[in-house]
Amino acid sequence: MIRRTRVFPAAMASLGAAVLVVAMGGCGSGNDSNSADKNTNSRGPITYVQGKDNNNVIRPLIAQWNASHPNEQVTFKEQSDQADQQHDDLVQHLQAKDSHYDVLNIDVVYVAEFAAKGWLQPLTGQFKLDTSPFLPATVKTGTYNNTLYAAPQSSDGGLLYYRKDLVPNPPKTWDEMMSDCSIAKAHKMDCYAGQFAKYEGLTVNAAEAINTAGGEIVKSDGRTPDVDTPAAAKGLSMLVDAYKNGNIPQQAITYQEEQGRQSFEAGKLLFLRNWPYVYSLATTDGSSVVKDKFGIAPLPGIDASKPGASSLGGHDAAISQYSAHKATAFDFIKFLTSEETQKTFATKASLAPVIASLYDDPTLVKQLPYLPTLKNSLANAVPRPVTPFYPAVTQAIETNAYAAIKGDKTVDQALKDMQAAIQAAGS
Amino acid sequence: MSVTSGVSANDKAEQQAQAPAPERKRGSSLHRGEGRRGIFLVAPTIILLAVVIGYPVVKAIVMSFQKDPGLDKATGMFVSGGSAGFSNYTHWLLQRCGTASCPPGTLGSEFWDSVTTTFFFTAATVVIEVILGMWMALVMNRAFRGRGVLRASVLVPWAIPTAITAKLWYFIFAYDGIANHILHTHILWTGGAWASRFAIIIADVWKTTPFIALLILAGLQVIPAETYEAARVDGANSWQRFTKVTLPLVRPALMVAILFRTLDALRIYDLPAILTGGGGGTGHATTTLSILVVDQIRSGFNSAAALSTLTFLLIFLVAFIFVKFLGAHVVQTQQRQQKGTI
Amino acid sequence: MASTTAVGSRGGRASAPERRVARRRPQFRFSAARSYLGIAIIVIFCLAPFYWMVVTAFRNVGYTFDTTPWPTHVTLDNFRTAFSTSLGNHFGRALLNSAIIGVCTTLLAVAAGCFAAYAIARLDFRGKYLVLGVVLGASMFPGVALLTPLFQLFTNIHWIGGYQALIIPDISFALPLTVYTLTAFFAEMPWELEEAAVVDGCTPGQAFRKVLLPLAAPGLFTTAILAFISSWNEYLLASELSNDKTQPVTVAVAQFTGSQPHQDPYTAVMAAGTIVTIPLVIMVLLLQRRIVAGLTAGGVKG
Repeated sequence: MIRRTRVFPAAMASLGAAVLVVAMGGCGSGNDSNSADKNTNSRGPITYVQGKDNNNVIRPLIAQWNASHPNEQVTFKEQSDQADQQHDDLVQHLQAKDSHYDVLNIDVVYVAEFAAKGWLQPLTGQFKLDTSPFLPATVKTGTYNNTLYAAPQSSDGGLLYYRKDLVPNPPKTWDEMMSDCSIAKAHKMDCYAGQFAKYEGLTVNAAEAINTAGGEIVKSDGRTPDVDTPAAAKGLSMLVDAYKNGNIPQQAITYQEEQGRQSFEAGKLLFLRNWPYVYSLATTDGSSVVKDKFGIAPLPGIDASKPGASSLGGHDAAISQYSAHKATAFDFIKFLTSEETQKTFATKASLAPVIASLYDDPTLVKQLPYLPTLKNSLANAVPRPVTPFYPAVTQAIETNAYAAIKGDKTVDQALKDMQAAIQAAGS
Repeated sequence: MSVTSGVSANDKAEQQAQAPAPERKRGSSLHRGEGRRGIFLVAPTIILLAVVIGYPVVKAIVMSFQKDPGLDKATGMFVSGGSAGFSNYTHWLLQRCGTASCPPGTLGSEFWDSVTTTFFFTAATVVIEVILGMWMALVMNRAFRGRGVLRASVLVPWAIPTAITAKLWYFIFAYDGIANHILHTHILWTGGAWASRFAIIIADVWKTTPFIALLILAGLQVIPAETYEAARVDGANSWQRFTKVTLPLVRPALMVAILFRTLDALRIYDLPAILTGGGGGTGHATTTLSILVVDQIRSGFNSAAALSTLTFLLIFLVAFIFVKFLGAHVVQTQQRQQKGTI
Repeated sequence: MASTTAVGSRGGRASAPERRVARRRPQFRFSAARSYLGIAIIVIFCLAPFYWMVVTAFRNVGYTFDTTPWPTHVTLDNFRTAFSTSLGNHFGRALLNSAIIGVCTTLLAVAAGCFAAYAIARLDFRGKYLVLGVVLGASMFPGVALLTPLFQLFTNIHWIGGYQALIIPDISFALPLTVYTLTAFFAEMPWELEEAAVVDGCTPGQAFRKVLLPLAAPGLFTTAILAFISSWNEYLLASELSNDKTQPVTVAVAQFTGSQPHQDPYTAVMAAGTIVTIPLVIMVLLLQRRIVAGLTAGGVKG
């Protein structure tokens, strides 16, 4: 018996010894320098970093760029498809001041974090970008502390899918939609669903409800929480009440994008809040029973004059502070956000453009019929909180919204906790 | 357990005279110089482990005493945090954020809940898997026609990568999925507090019971048939044979299987992460310690390092209790063998 | 000691358990029916979810949530999708990556592990229990804790995107597994043979090679299989330490993407899962007797 237990002190002792060795020898981190404004005029080969190129759209574009820029070749570094892993990959390379990561394609929710860490070249001075063609909300996603750090590259917004065979006129307000639920009941269908499982999608949906009702989650500085307000309570209550009275079916709290889409395509759902990608799938899927029976509308608002406030998805493009060829990097960003490139993104990868005028482009509309509706939706869009502590903030939102929707907490208590948790995230 | 006294004496003897004459005990030329040879032989293993585990462990401990960067209120930029003392540890253990206790919706407020969840998963899965595994092993041990098919099919769930298992069960447990269809239920497998926990337990039991069953089967197969014959001749019924013969004889194999399974279950990550994302119930009903660590990594490495160190210590503690008080004889084989040699 | 010898020598021949079963035959007639019922339950329990995976893998993607329990809308498209690179998935290469990583990890772990296991099981040397403690501690270590430091290290020395960045972390769990399985196995071996070989004039090295290694072969083989499978199945570390060039199948499958953002191509994932599982199922079918016999001989007898 004795011998057996000696294994543990032995292991502990060795661990302790190792700690000492490292503590004495190897603490070589912790240099925060402002290496800003280096290499601002230099040109040369650069690397563009982006998540998986799902529809093989970026490679041909880069080839096109390379053909006309023999001395400023762009190499494509493809990351995984997972937002978290893209984030981690960028963090690790930027922390190591990797000069081979020049132009970064960043999920909109992480721009503030990277900016606050001093990793992104501010798009000011010689890097000033003309933001007037862009949808205003998309520009906000790249803005931290009143400084533009990243150019909008692709967008995404929420749409209301509805059964036009059952509801001739799509509801303009939330209350209208709730009263339309009697139609669903008559047809033994579920009424409304969005993304209410406890994950990022719930933050999107809860933020939409709160913003639609005139509330906000954080103040414009991105740090000060402002969610414990009557307006926010009204917004969150819309979801909570609908779940309580069954207008949102009980299984909707397990729904991410795909489950809602499947339910809608199976004809079991009258209204669905989802992204534009559903449009083509619901039209073409073999099992879809709603192929020509559904329509799209902007998200319902509080009153008929103004549609609901969509949250924004999408990615921004930024220049790494450690890039060795920032002038080339800036040109490449201009290339990525140019009208022509944006058109290619839209037609080849169904990415929502960031340039407002493209939403009325007849050839694009022909291919992506949802564009005019989406433009309406994006006109009122509000970005998710632009905060350097996004992972903690979204955790605070989704956890408390989830508890409120399930009825485990009152709306007031949930918002109070949300407020406190966002506060704690930034401290 | 009769081994114990012999081992202790042997142990003391070795302690007293380890270095000068280890070969004293066996007294054969084979063992001359075995100290040097032993160290030479284990060196590659130790060096490899030092690189792949020692370095990260130590680095994590060093990190856990550093503060995570905070925002400079004036510039909105991050500044490095400096030394943290034990504040990263108190943050988790006392669930304190700054000077107040962590509000719901922060990871800090979920530490003890996730400890409870982790232990609950561990206890539930290990108990079910051992009972079910024991039964499966008994069936397999009895069966002779179809034995190959049986063994092979039992190995299938074990051989499928956990990440893929999780994807599979996520699909099965979807609201419109096959599970609710077959059971004619409308259970929110990934939403309800207990439903989501059971979903994970069911998936884990499916995946791991076969492995436990094989380990127990290995123990069963070394029980000589004569032992059963003798018990039968003595008039023991099948339940008595099980409790009086089978159970004591497979106990060592069982204990080791339980120990390793327990330590493995305490680290559970892939299944809940993919199946429920840690959600369910009030929002974190299936958040285990490993999930909490991964969630925290994106909100601050140093705090995450403290959390992973705590996780490690907790697992270490459980292993210690197992070996010390429950007699899981992980290191026992060579002792028994030594006893045989002496 | 007598029983130890019996155990060891029986382990050397895979057919031995069957012989013992044959001796016990009369006992089984009594509960044959119950036994077959038990077999049926176990087989269904183990294979039903796998069956569903295969059925889904062959189902048209437009009918993903069809709950008909037998194959409907059968198509091979999902397998084509799985291997297609047009959506940015690199499943074929990932299969090769997993094989490379698994084989290298296994070879390294077994090579280092068998020496350590021999030393621990057979030799007395200072620090033996320290070694055991370290190995035990290593096998308990939560994988998430390795992630951040290793990523930083590998980034700094530009290893991300190399196979070594995946093989080395895999050793952190494959090696303790190997050492433990082999230690238990070696401890049960008939050491009198080694002593006898030495008496007959072999050097200890020769005794190891000529007498013990052949006896240990089933155990080494089993251990290698276990190490390979553990490496093949690893997900958490690989998901962070690989890039699109080196990612193994588990990561590739978990990150499978559809043609649209947000789309989760279940049927293609299930097709890929089926493909990933098939080599393991074949291995298990061919070697199941080996695996179980190996476990019996040395693995976890305690």
